[in-house]
Amino acid sequence: MKHLTEYRDPELAKKVLHEIEKITTKPWKIMEICGGQTHSLVKNGILTVLPKNITMLHGPGCPVCVTPLHLIDKAIYLAVEKKVILCSFGDMLRVPGSKKSLLEAKAEGADVRILYSPTEAVNIAKENPDKEVVFFAVGFETTAPANALSVLHAEKLGLKNYSILNSHVLVPPAISALMEDPESTIDGFLAAGHVCSIMGYWEYYPLVEKYKIPIVVTGFEPLDILQGIYATVKQLEEGRAEVDNQYARMVKEEGNTSAQGIINQVYEVSDQMWRGIGTIPESGLVLRKEYENYDANLKFKIDIEKAPENAECIAGSIMKGIKKPYECVHFGKMCNPQNPLGAPMVSSEGACAAYYNFSKFKEIV
Amino acid sequence: MCLAIPGKIISIDNQIDDLFRLAKVSFDGIIKQVNLAMVPEAQIGDYVLVHVGSAISVVDEEEAKFTMNILMNMDELGELDEGENLLENETN
Ligand code: SF4
Repeated sequence: MKHLTEYRDPELAKKVLHEIEKITTKPWKIMEICGGQTHSLVKNGILTVLPKNITMLHGPGCPVCVTPLHLIDKAIYLAVEKKVILCSFGDMLRVPGSKKSLLEAKAEGADVRILYSPTEAVNIAKENPDKEVVFFAVGFETTAPANALSVLHAEKLGLKNYSILNSHVLVPPAISALMEDPESTIDGFLAAGHVCSIMGYWEYYPLVEKYKIPIVVTGFEPLDILQGIYATVKQLEEGRAEVDNQYARMVKEEGNTSAQGIINQVYEVSDQMWRGIGTIPESGLVLRKEYENYDANLKFKIDIEKAPENAECIAGSIMKGIKKPYECVHFGKMCNPQNPLGAPMVSSEGACAAYYNFSKFKEIV
Repeated sequence: MCLAIPGKIISIDNQIDDLFRLAKVSFDGIIKQVNLAMVPEAQIGDYVLVHVGSAISVVDEEEAKFTMNILMNMDELGELDEGENLLENETN
């Protein structure tokens, strides 16, 4: 294993970049799934230094961006109409619902609380036995065990006033859906390091087989990402399509089996609606029947109308790698972080926000 | 949101059962409650990688310090400031 401080050595980064330049002979389009990596790519200026032949596409790995509009409306309904204590990760608060955001609901007096972890929501439920507490449980595989644990925790404490509003998405079915899209031009994927620290990477073997695309498990630091890109390009240039692990210092093939056990105990796989993209078969997690008492949907019999998506926002095409944020006519004009039309402009992992906040990169093609 | 931050286990103070252990973890002085259910092997003094209040893996000290440094330089630790049971200082 390399000495760890090397992972941010600018000289080493230059070397890897040079290696990438040396081996690249054809144009390649590589998608990073994870919004954290999108952020790192843009913020650290990696997009500006990559060879012209390499195009990075920014994938759907932004949990806030893919949480359905309907669910945000439901969260607001619970906070405003049902007067629950609605707990959420901070990122969700400014995402526009069909009428308002959770932040606006909070400003109007609803009890909306920003938490660092679902455990804190369980603690709030324990301290407020006369109030209903709902946790807005969104996320990918990385976050699923923590949200599942909150349900197990509430059960162990015998709490009856805790439930979750759940929207969980899974990476491998999303890769299939992206590859099946006739407009897709993706040549290879960087898989998200922390998702794989939970799930491992055995799930990707059938995908590289079927779609003949390299998938490289990649970390988050600039040098990690450059190495991930290098490993992907190398496979592409040599005509290989394999699963490769750049992030071996954190990711094992089998992942964290305790975490997988916790997910499987509480959740089961189901079809899932991705905001902007549509329903992807078997791409989500829902509470198992044994835990349905913790499902806020059932507990509060939420029955509100499904509002249509804002047709002006092209977030779906961006997350499928078909368009770039600056190709949206509203980017930086009608849509900006103060006045967002779509979720990718407010989430810290959204591609539109990344391009807007580091706008000198917005010219890059 | 998918960020994971390394911290050091300073005490394990609530063991509900074999699986369910709640620990105090210090993130460079900021103390948070962390669930250890996914890292049954973790002990006091170990460094763990923590994502939204649950430890997802045990990491070595060098990796922990290195990642923490990067996150600090990248201004990525804002999430730790969120939350109700706010921060106490390790020295208090
Ligand atoms: S710039 Fe705004 S409106 Fe355009 S795709 Fe991004 S979030 Fe949607």
